[in-house]
Amino acid sequence: MSYDTSKWEVVIGLEIHCQLATRSKIFSGASTAYGAEPNTQACAVDLALPGVLPVFNKEALRLAVKFGLAVEAEIGMRSVFDRKNYFYPDSPKAYQITQMDHPIVGKGHMDIELENGETKRIGITRAHLEEDAGKSMHGSYHGMTGIDLNRAGTPLIEIVSEPDMRSAKEAVAYMKKIHSLVRYIEISDGNMQEGSFRCDANVSVRPHGQKEFGTRAELKNINSFRFVEKAINIEIERQIDVIEDGGKVIQETRLYDADKNETRSMRSKEEANDYRYFPDPDLLPVVIDEAYIEQIRKELPELPEQKKQRYMAEYELSAYDAAVITTSRELAAYFETVAKECGDAKLSANWVTGELAARLNKEELEITESKVDAEAFAGLLKRIKDNTISGKIAKDVFEAMWQGEGSADQVIESKGLKQITDSSAIEAMVDEVIANNPAQFAELKGGKDKMMGFFVGQIMKASGGKANPGQVNQLMQKKLKD
Amino acid sequence: MSLDADAVKKIAYLARLKIDEADVPVYANNLSNIIDLVEQMNAVNTDGVVPMSHPLDAVQRLRDDVVTEINQREIFQAIAPKTEDGLYLVPQVIE
Repeated sequence: MSYDTSKWEVVIGLEIHCQLATRSKIFSGASTAYGAEPNTQACAVDLALPGVLPVFNKEALRLAVKFGLAVEAEIGMRSVFDRKNYFYPDSPKAYQITQMDHPIVGKGHMDIELENGETKRIGITRAHLEEDAGKSMHGSYHGMTGIDLNRAGTPLIEIVSEPDMRSAKEAVAYMKKIHSLVRYIEISDGNMQEGSFRCDANVSVRPHGQKEFGTRAELKNINSFRFVEKAINIEIERQIDVIEDGGKVIQETRLYDADKNETRSMRSKEEANDYRYFPDPDLLPVVIDEAYIEQIRKELPELPEQKKQRYMAEYELSAYDAAVITTSRELAAYFETVAKECGDAKLSANWVTGELAARLNKEELEITESKVDAEAFAGLLKRIKDNTISGKIAKDVFEAMWQGEGSADQVIESKGLKQITDSSAIEAMVDEVIANNPAQFAELKGGKDKMMGFFVGQIMKASGGKANPGQVNQLMQKKLKD
Repeated sequence: MSLDADAVKKIAYLARLKIDEADVPVYANNLSNIIDLVEQMNAVNTDGVVPMSHPLDAVQRLRDDVVTEINQREIFQAIAPKTEDGLYLVPQVIE
């Protein structure tokens, strides 16, 4: 971030496109499975052949309502599909079926955690159902463009936020929260590489204190958290440069180029930016009732925010730890198993967010791919808790477990890592270290407290890290009084 | 409300319709007349009236989420002007 934050205020709103986890398309019986041969999952409806009619997918409706309930939004009891008209070869009908005036999900909200630990509420304006377009492939087709319509008609919800975010970091935090939520409530796989979750960012800048928003630019189709942050920041800098050079930001659609780390204008979309929406005569209004909504409400799992609050109350975790652990349902389940098995939630939280998370991160694994399962991990923590091993030795044991050398107990046994708790054995080591360092011991006795660390360190070293540090400390105190 | 020549040309472009310059004033006049007719609706008090989104007084039937379509690519592509590697080929579009 290289702009002057004391001078400029940034205003960001996001439109997130999220693919709903249905088997078939929103208006046809073609499969939505990813990775099929081009156009093998594009049927007559998706191709817009003459005479076809769309029929709305029941599951797409249920998943959209589930999202609405999860963000405490108003649910559209009567929602209407509209046609958004534009010509582009990835959309054979020459319009996209979407929802304009009567979306399925109305006003809701999502809370995000800021870097300073505060919570900020981001407004959700609406979320509407719509169909995805096909995919265009450029190059190597004799100067023509290749079209794959497998994606055409895939069900999406577009989640539109209020312009409530004030930095790229906040935008990323919000996008991550939504991403985590849609996977939690199992309405989407959230796979960003496969295009199941992507966003457009509306970005503008204004001097602090100015009431009106500046002119915004829309950044299209960003499909990674890292790119969202980079794209927004680079766009902010561009807009400030334009204004400071005496120019004016124009309202337009821009594309982020990750290779060059710049945004550039998509002029082709400009002239067509008049979509002439009107209600789709092929589809009737979708009407739902309270009983239907209540049924779906019952299917909602414990949401990340509720889980976080429960962890803080029940396990006395810090807000930070609770937030980290509840980012994914699988991680939370792992943590709960570990905490239950080892009987120490705080120790579990420290190790799950510390050693385990670092290891997963390093090897780019998901929690479900962890090489040490929750029961085995709890087995390790139990040995810390009952003083069989120190926390330091436990890291070595964890490493061995990760390499497939067996359970915590097997590793401790085979490597002889058991902590020495026999006080006569430790006392012998203490005496030996004192005898070898008479001058330092005299200094310690003379009041140079810093020497204590030296002795504890030497004794731990002599024990190969297996002495109990607490016990070593106690014995040293005793020796000083003798 | 009346449409001017530029509005007519823009509408024609958006709908990808080729129109003769000489016909523009005629279209502008005809379209304006239609809009005037519709605008008479503004005189009616519609407070409390639910906007009609479909002329049929019915609600949408829903389809079960089942894959019912099989791959018929060969049949569909037999009538396409140009295909390659399973893709439909169209005049180049570049962003």
